[in-house]
Amino acid sequence: MDASYITPFVKSIQNVFSMMLQLPVTVNEPQIKQGTTPSHDVSGIIGMSGDVVGTIILSFRRESAESIVALFCGEKLQCGTPDFADAVGELVNMVSGGAKALFTDTNDVSISCPSVVVGKDHGVALPSDVPCVVIPCVTDCGEFVIEVAIREAGAGVVNTEADANATA
Amino acid sequence: MKVMLIDDSKTMRNIQRSVLKQIGIDLVEEACDGQDALSKVGAFAPDLILVDWNMPNMDGLSFIKAFRKQDRTTPLIMVTTEAEKSRVIEAIKAGVNNYVVKPFTPDLLSQRINETMSKCAA
Repeated sequence: MDASYITPFVKSIQNVFSMMLQLPVTVNEPQIKQGTTPSHDVSGIIGMSGDVVGTIILSFRRESAESIVALFCGEKLQCGTPDFADAVGELVNMVSGGAKALFTDTNDVSISCPSVVVGKDHGVALPSDVPCVVIPCVTDCGEFVIEVAIREAGAGVVNTEADANATA
Repeated sequence: MKVMLIDDSKTMRNIQRSVLKQIGIDLVEEACDGQDALSKVGAFAPDLILVDWNMPNMDGLSFIKAFRKQDRTTPLIMVTTEAEKSRVIEAIKAGVNNYVVKPFTPDLLSQRINETMSKCAA
């Protein structure tokens, strides 16, 4: 994956959390995802299409998700309720939308409506032909990760883990 | 003043509703997509509409195009994650009066609302 696709997500997550939640985010070293680990309890998932295709996932442990959603909504919402899922979906929507606006050399990228998965220790499996970069994030409300598995439309697919590590 | 909020996210509608309340606007109707909005807008007759872009069933741009065929004057503000210049131009061509990119601060949204209402009243 082109590394220039990662920086926009780092900037966007910090912008969204700072502006909507007044919550600073410390971003740690991005890593290539291995299998379906790490596992999480709450995931917001959004698809990208157009000049860039793939999937963006914002994943939390339950406690972190509850604290962050409470800050975002101004009230504590029960994990797993429709309103809770709506808030997680809106967060991944804003992060993805903000990031795609920062992509360079791409003319037309669309994002899908978000989906939200809630379930203890779930993993999200992604197509093996696109490397997935995990961006670990730390806040005063707990930790979470952004998983970015995207590539230019029409670009060659990655067949091996070595290729993925070389291009991340 | 009456405001219609069109967004598929209830969270976002609640955030916008609280900004409107802060600037003294309590008469608010909500719609969860373009189709829902078209079915409500005639009866509610809003003075201002805030509309998201990406929504299921009917997106914000399609709503604006349909709405502008029947109403060319009610102010419309697009409130969306779509931040690219090409999208802003597309929305303006379709008939929006102002544009707010998510994420936004309450101050920014209220400023854009006041600015839009002043321009449209002039």
